[in-house]
Amino acid sequence: MNNSSTNIENPVFSTESLALVHKIMKRYPEGKQKSALIPVLHLAQAEFGGWLSPKVMDYVASLLSIQPIEVYEVASFYTMFNLKPVGKCLIEVCRTSSCWLLGAEDIVHHIERKLNIKEGETTTDGMFTLKTVECLGSCGTAPMMMVGADFHENLTLEKVDDLLEKFRVENKQSRYC
Amino acid sequence: MPKVTIDGHTIEVPEGTTILQAARMIGPEVAPPAMCYYSKLATSGGYCRTCIVKVTQGSEKDPRPMPKPVASCRTTVMDGMVVENKTSAEVLEARKGVVEFLLANHPLDCPVCDQAGECHLQDLSYEHGASDTRYEFERRTFDKIDIGDKIKLHMTRCILCYRCVKVADQLTPGRVHGVINRGDVAEISTYIENAIDNEFSGNMIDVCPVGALTDKTFRFKSRVWFTKPVDAHRECSSCSGKVVLWYQGAEVLRVTARKDAFGEVEEFICNTCRFDKKQTADWVIEGPRKINAHSVISANHYEADTVNPGPVTPRLN
Amino acid sequence: MGKKLLLANDHVPGIQSLDVYSKHGGYAAVEKALKTMTPDALVEEVKTSGLRGRGGAGFPTGMKWSFLAKPEGVPRYLVCNADESEPGTFKDRYLMERIPHLLIEGMIVSSFALGANTSYIYIRGEYFYIVRILEKAIEEAYAAGYLGKNILGTGYDLDLYVHPGAGAYICGEETALIESLEGKRGNPRIKPPFPAVKGLYQCPTVVNNVETIAAVVPIVNMGGAEYAKIGIGRSTGTKLISASGHINKPGVYEIELGVPVEEFIYSEEYCGGIKNGKKLKAVVAGGSSVPILPGELILKTAQGEPRLMSYESLADGGFATGTMLGSGGFIVMDETSSIVKNLWNFTRFYHHESCGQCSPCREGTGWMEKILHRIMDGHGKQSDIDLLWDLQKNIEGKTICPLGDAAAWPVASAIRHFRAEFEAYVNNPGSIKEVRHYYSVNNLQPA
Repeated sequence: MNNSSTNIENPVFSTESLALVHKIMKRYPEGKQKSALIPVLHLAQAEFGGWLSPKVMDYVASLLSIQPIEVYEVASFYTMFNLKPVGKCLIEVCRTSSCWLLGAEDIVHHIERKLNIKEGETTTDGMFTLKTVECLGSCGTAPMMMVGADFHENLTLEKVDDLLEKFRVENKQSRYC
Repeated sequence: MPKVTIDGHTIEVPEGTTILQAARMIGPEVAPPAMCYYSKLATSGGYCRTCIVKVTQGSEKDPRPMPKPVASCRTTVMDGMVVENKTSAEVLEARKGVVEFLLANHPLDCPVCDQAGECHLQDLSYEHGASDTRYEFERRTFDKIDIGDKIKLHMTRCILCYRCVKVADQLTPGRVHGVINRGDVAEISTYIENAIDNEFSGNMIDVCPVGALTDKTFRFKSRVWFTKPVDAHRECSSCSGKVVLWYQGAEVLRVTARKDAFGEVEEFICNTCRFDKKQTADWVIEGPRKINAHSVISANHYEADTVNPGPVTPRLN
Repeated sequence: MGKKLLLANDHVPGIQSLDVYSKHGGYAAVEKALKTMTPDALVEEVKTSGLRGRGGAGFPTGMKWSFLAKPEGVPRYLVCNADESEPGTFKDRYLMERIPHLLIEGMIVSSFALGANTSYIYIRGEYFYIVRILEKAIEEAYAAGYLGKNILGTGYDLDLYVHPGAGAYICGEETALIESLEGKRGNPRIKPPFPAVKGLYQCPTVVNNVETIAAVVPIVNMGGAEYAKIGIGRSTGTKLISASGHINKPGVYEIELGVPVEEFIYSEEYCGGIKNGKKLKAVVAGGSSVPILPGELILKTAQGEPRLMSYESLADGGFATGTMLGSGGFIVMDETSSIVKNLWNFTRFYHHESCGQCSPCREGTGWMEKILHRIMDGHGKQSDIDLLWDLQKNIEGKTICPLGDAAAWPVASAIRHFRAEFEAYVNNPGSIKEVRHYYSVNNLQPA
């Protein structure tokens, strides 16, 4: 763990993350710091429990000197930002075209049965959230699911079982970045 | 100056004029309908697609037709351009399709909507829509919310024209509302409960083409066609003070900005004029408001001396 | 074996590192371009090569570059579109993951040609693991003096950054991408003005796909004229094809444009034929947005000529009997596939990905999905098929950006070529359950 305040009532980035935020802001021209919004929201989501609370978004707005609504507008547009709490392990199964042709529905139903949740829900112990997502560019290795930044491809039901077990044992917060 | 021909009418317009502006210069009969474009709001237009027209000749220099219908509000006139609007069956057909899309998820609650009678979507549907709907699924709904103590947001009626967002961006400091989510669940929202509280927020009501943003001080007080519009003005430190008072008997039910033949406000007004000055004594009365031909109110002919004969006492200066 | 210009070294161990990449001829194009060529000469070279945008639209790259406005004192930008999200397309991912330096090298040469001193790679957020690969490659390039101030002592400065998106197909549209890079919602802009005049931060900007930028490297190395000799007709050079679906060997293949479709599907060099020895039913040749074609029409044109993997041949016959090369996302469906259910899957995708700005797309995509869902559920009506046809027609060409067309074309083509299947679903709802629409995940046999 780092020294960040995970208290989402009063979110403050860790020193290292804050340094990274400033580094990211420097990638864009003077006065265009709003460009850093998406990368910084990714960092915020990773650091503050896997989702973006209004307080966290307001904090990001203040870092970038923009209005809070500008953050809400953006955060609610992109599917990778969670505006509600999610489980520690966020499972995202691709449901589009080639994955679907090769059995994505089976994968989703299997996970639903196994975890006793429906797509979009979180297990009661807060461990898993199951989401379906659109094409992640894994069509040649379909079906697939993404957990954090990791792609798990050429899935079979057995492979899914093994992965779920592994995630449970590791007990790690999944994060994209 | 470039010359453009729209539905057979030729007009010379300044460089940079859009097809829609040129058509409006020719006259309201030629002008394509516009649900999102607003000449007083920079970067407005392009979203609703009701103003699409066919460009049958791109310009004198390059006479090729444009391959797709274009949004007339965002397409600049070129010299020698030839445009078909109402003379093109194809355009009318395409516009009918757009109206169908705009109505697909609209609640059609006109009987209880305060905007009825001055609703642009109503007029558009009447002029360009089909007589029945082919949409057979449950319509999208949102909860009604208050954004501030004077404005009601009824998102279910919204057509996402973005005008209110542009008002907030261009007329007020520190916008607190915007468009959240995306696709067909995109909505106008403050996201967290938040009041839109600034001196010019009331203009969002005037620019809203439908009944999505309504004046809470006027809600359910009267049908607009039972009220009589009167031009009036007052000395105001924050706006021009030029308004329309909407009377029922002796009572001012509502104050709005003055709107032109295309339904656009002539000058934006402040919230003090709009919400806090509801007494005749607050105003200098100019006389009956000439309402454009589209409005049912224009059938409600009346003369200056019939307006509020009793309580209207011109202010003595 | 076809010629390989991009993936010739993709299997060399360690090719991800600058050292190994350089030992295999890497960064020669940077040396050549920056030390011996002028920016204008580079643009000319790309024009001569006949290179066309590899993201999907196929617009001539050299021409796009030459449109870039060059007002005094205003910065210009090159933005690489690595937002690869078109269903069925995964070639850019492969290229960036395997040979990141090829993209970096292409970015340096292209930025120099356009006079950009700051360039960005906008990559879809879901490719975060590739962000790390690219950032490492960029770090190496800075260390080697290929990026930063006074590159190779030529006086040319370039900073290159990777910028992640966060899940939105629409950001593959260049103006939506620019909006997103500015920290906004990915709403496409209304054009004109085009990015070449007012793009990123209202400055002149070129947005090019990953593969397009990578292709600039061999063009510089071999010369535009030599590059133009590869391929067929106006389809010059090589193209990365992402092959997926019911085939024996899914994957990314670099083909010389002009390979017969039949050879591509059935030869061992490429897809290796249809899985389980089944028959070919249909192909979506260029990513989900392009018209779907039945097996007969993808293998042969309406005139009976062999169909080739090229911009022109795939488009032969227009939309009546042809399709598009698009992004090269080649999705193969065997005889067990249900076109209606597959179309529903695509339509759901466009509904989900519509930004919601303009009314035909916002309202029309969801409407089409609902109708298709109803048909799949066995409650469809004959009139639904005509309504679908009308709706796609009312969307096509009426929207701000091409997502509307992309949503309309699959619907139009599926009805055009497979109307009987829709009618069978509507007239005999009981038959739907018997239709095996996807493979069981375990035995890779029809479910």
